[in-house]
Amino acid sequence: MNIKKLLPQLLTLLVLILIFGFFSYNAQLNMENRGLEFGFDFLKYEASFDIQFSLIEYDGSHSYFRAYLVGLLNTILVSVIGIIFATILGIVVGVARLSKNFLIERTAAIYVEFFRNIPLLLQIFFWYFAALRALPLPENAEPILGVSFLTIKGFFVPSLIWNNLDIFIYSIIAAIISIFFVKMYARKKQDNQGIQTPVLKISIGLSIFLPLLSFILGGVDASVELPVIKQLSQSSFTYEGGIKLPPELIALALALSLYTATFIAENVRAGVQGVGKGQKEAAASIGLTPNQILKLVVMPQALRIIIPPTTNQYLNLTKNSSLAAAIAYPDLVLIFAGTALMQTGSAIEIVSITMLTYLTLSITISILMNWYNNKIAIREK
Amino acid sequence: MFKYLKQLTSLVAMVAVLFTFTTETMAAKKSKTLKNTQKKGFVRCGVSQGLPGFSNADAAGNWSGVDVDVCRAVAAAVLGDASKVKYTPLSAKERFEALKSNEIDVLSRNTTWTATRDAKIGLTFVGVNFYDGQGFMVRKNSGINSVNDFKAGVSACTNLGTTTELNMRDFFNSKGVSYEPVTFEKADEVVAAYDAGRCDTYTTDKSGLAAQRIKLSNPDDHVVLPETISKEPLGPVVRQGDAVWEDIVRWSLNVMIEAEEYGITSGNADSMKTSDNPAVKRLVGTEGELGAALGLDQEWSYRIITQVGNYGESYKRNIADTGILPDRGPNELWTKGGILYVPPAR
Repeated sequence: MNIKKLLPQLLTLLVLILIFGFFSYNAQLNMENRGLEFGFDFLKYEASFDIQFSLIEYDGSHSYFRAYLVGLLNTILVSVIGIIFATILGIVVGVARLSKNFLIERTAAIYVEFFRNIPLLLQIFFWYFAALRALPLPENAEPILGVSFLTIKGFFVPSLIWNNLDIFIYSIIAAIISIFFVKMYARKKQDNQGIQTPVLKISIGLSIFLPLLSFILGGVDASVELPVIKQLSQSSFTYEGGIKLPPELIALALALSLYTATFIAENVRAGVQGVGKGQKEAAASIGLTPNQILKLVVMPQALRIIIPPTTNQYLNLTKNSSLAAAIAYPDLVLIFAGTALMQTGSAIEIVSITMLTYLTLSITISILMNWYNNKIAIREK
Repeated sequence: MFKYLKQLTSLVAMVAVLFTFTTETMAAKKSKTLKNTQKKGFVRCGVSQGLPGFSNADAAGNWSGVDVDVCRAVAAAVLGDASKVKYTPLSAKERFEALKSNEIDVLSRNTTWTATRDAKIGLTFVGVNFYDGQGFMVRKNSGINSVNDFKAGVSACTNLGTTTELNMRDFFNSKGVSYEPVTFEKADEVVAAYDAGRCDTYTTDKSGLAAQRIKLSNPDDHVVLPETISKEPLGPVVRQGDAVWEDIVRWSLNVMIEAEEYGITSGNADSMKTSDNPAVKRLVGTEGELGAALGLDQEWSYRIITQVGNYGESYKRNIADTGILPDRGPNELWTKGGILYVPPAR
């Protein structure tokens, strides 16, 4: 009986192994015929090409592996920025879609229908090439808040130069931990005595007070480095100092956020509408305020509907970031599956590594989101 | 008696086998690519996504350029008709994979011959059809007159996956100037970004700069700097492992160059058939056995010259008359002060 159940599974596995075996044998044979060698040694070799934007120290004298890390970090950076902005915008637009105000509701609807129905690559091209042309040259840029410059060559912002940065970071960690304890204490007090504690006010106080303390007592100090204009030739300028965000990053993050936010907005709308009307009425009838109804009754139930499809959107956004290659943002695909592949010729190795990397990124996001989903799921008692 | 008969037959068989091996070393039998091409009836050729003068399609989809002419020469030699070519436009990133994975049989796409590419990628360069070098284009009003005028922080637009990316680093490092490389997959995007002011300079092969300059909104506002920072011998590439096909492509190119050397053009090839010069007679197919050695017929080189023309005609038609690079520079025959020099077709 067991064998009957097991046999089809074993057969499927065997077929899969055979298929995989056939393809790898075929690839091996073809590579041998062309005198190509399979191996990952190239990762150690000097990359000898430069990258315009890197979160870690890199120049052409570093290895291909280091170049891979630069690309990976750039992919993660644009994905994280995209996810944060898409989520915020998605929630705002999703709520706006439910507004009773006709104008707000229609504006949100038009935004959603417009942006989700245009191919993403076109939107990226639009933001990069059309919007880029509209930006001023460095010498004509008007300062934003007096210190930042948005130009065709990038967004130049001041950077902070820290003294005793570690102590400042510890103070933030301490603030987070103490907020966590305050929350626990507040819950206990409510359960035991039915008295509510103003958790939010205490949390804000703590997150201002502790870092401030580190400045006064811990010797933490930060000075600001401003971008300063520099002349390159008779007609061209740039900025030196501060941090430079390349226009490619801005265009890509913008396009990804605006596109993905439309889908998240629809998820939010579906989630809120999915909570039964009776729930709200029942909550109101026991005397909860509208804010409490939203926080304690509607949102916990809506989130269960919102989270799983939103996970998909986060995965999509991360994978879509590979369109970066079209506009010269140095992500994993452009640097590793592009330049490195061309310079080494190790196509099979590099494409495999790139695929595995995206798989790992996606699975990590899925695990995190599933963990959160389990946490907010209703546990029947 | 039977015993001897048996031995005799086996001897005959052995001799027959040996005979086949020695006389039937017909190139055609050995070359899989040649056989496939003749069966399909067209040459599969990888070209650029649009580089005027080298490989560029007009509005009707007709390809022209010096790189395209190499494909046409191969088609004329192998199939008897220069128009029997199937063109596949490829980006710099895709080109070698397309050739390796058997999607095309000749890559004729302004590709620089380097040791790494030749030795490591599983490809073979068969010759040089254009001697080029990397240069820089800047805006005229920048006041930059030389590569020595670049200052730290300069941003340079270029194509990704090219030797340009590597040369650029070598160059700026040797000058001790920090720079910002902005690399795009397609040439059109490089041009658009440079045109918009994203970059201070656009760097690629000088022929490419001359060709792409036409696409800028105000070509006259831009100038190519005089210095050349690298050697870029561009030429056709084939897959490794098919020596006969490699020879066919190599000699199709060489025939075009040698025809110019001997003054044979598409117009006078017929009258050249009665020439007294054996070198000329070999090229127009009235003497020599070169065709058979390549697995082709006697008239293969004659067809290249009549249907495509010699190298000089091709250069004039595609590069000089279009105003891209009127001066042939190093791409002039060795007899006229250039460096075009090919082994004799004999």
